[in-house]
Amino acid sequence: MSESTSQAFSLEALRAGDRTEFARLVDAHASQIYRLALKMLADPQDAEDVLQNTFLKAMQALPSFEGRSSLSTWLYRIAVNESLMTLRRRKPEVSIAGNGDAVDDDDYVPTQFEDWCCLPEKELLSSEARTYLDQAIRQLPEKLRTVFILRDIEGLSIRETSQALDLTETAVKTRLLRARLRLREYLSTYYGERLAKEST
Amino acid sequence: MPEKLNCQTLLASLSDYVDGVLGDALCQEIERHIAACDNCRVVVDTLKKTIYLYHETAATTEVPIDVRARLFHRLDLDDFIQK
Repeated sequence: MSESTSQAFSLEALRAGDRTEFARLVDAHASQIYRLALKMLADPQDAEDVLQNTFLKAMQALPSFEGRSSLSTWLYRIAVNESLMTLRRRKPEVSIAGNGDAVDDDDYVPTQFEDWCCLPEKELLSSEARTYLDQAIRQLPEKLRTVFILRDIEGLSIRETSQALDLTETAVKTRLLRARLRLREYLSTYYGERLAKEST
Repeated sequence: MPEKLNCQTLLASLSDYVDGVLGDALCQEIERHIAACDNCRVVVDTLKKTIYLYHETAATTEVPIDVRARLFHRLDLDDFIQK
């Protein structure tokens, strides 16, 4: 959810611990936080834990929230950190400072050139295809996955994504391009096979 | 991709191009290139479709009712569970 679509909340009331206003905030942002955690972690129970911890931490930190970013971006930031902590617990050998899987710094050059755009929508969005879309996103290194989820799934701007992840806008753009190209490559393999089946 | 230099240039500007934030001059240059380079056209079209598909499938995911109820309970907001 970008700043332009977020609802207006009274920061004064939220900082003062107004429960009605906080309940409104939770209802307005719970789905986006749950979605992010589900895409990051691929586990409903872990996603629910992240959802709860995000709003618990927000509740505690609201009195000192300075409003340098939107509430929405701030909540995403807490949720990303919670999700990364969960991933670290699953893979304790990876340090938090390391910020996830290594990303190949070489330029990513496309190798798949099947034009699968013409496949019918019901094929592109079948339940099997949706499962594959989820699997493909899980194959992305964490650094790329996080940027892609915030920018292309949740629709944050480059600036909001950079604020949520504490990255420069240049770094966000670089990771976004790599994420998009890798996913396109994965999807081309999958839909390319569907295309071949259709033409036989 | 056959036309090495132009294909590389396109790749570097690909995200800005599909997001529609590229300047007019570079945009026109890319469109001229795509018209002549089939591989780049496919990369552009399938990249746009990739983004579209992820956006489409995610937009329908809402927090389940029972998950919302447990969230409100954990936050000590039980009196707000009924919308």
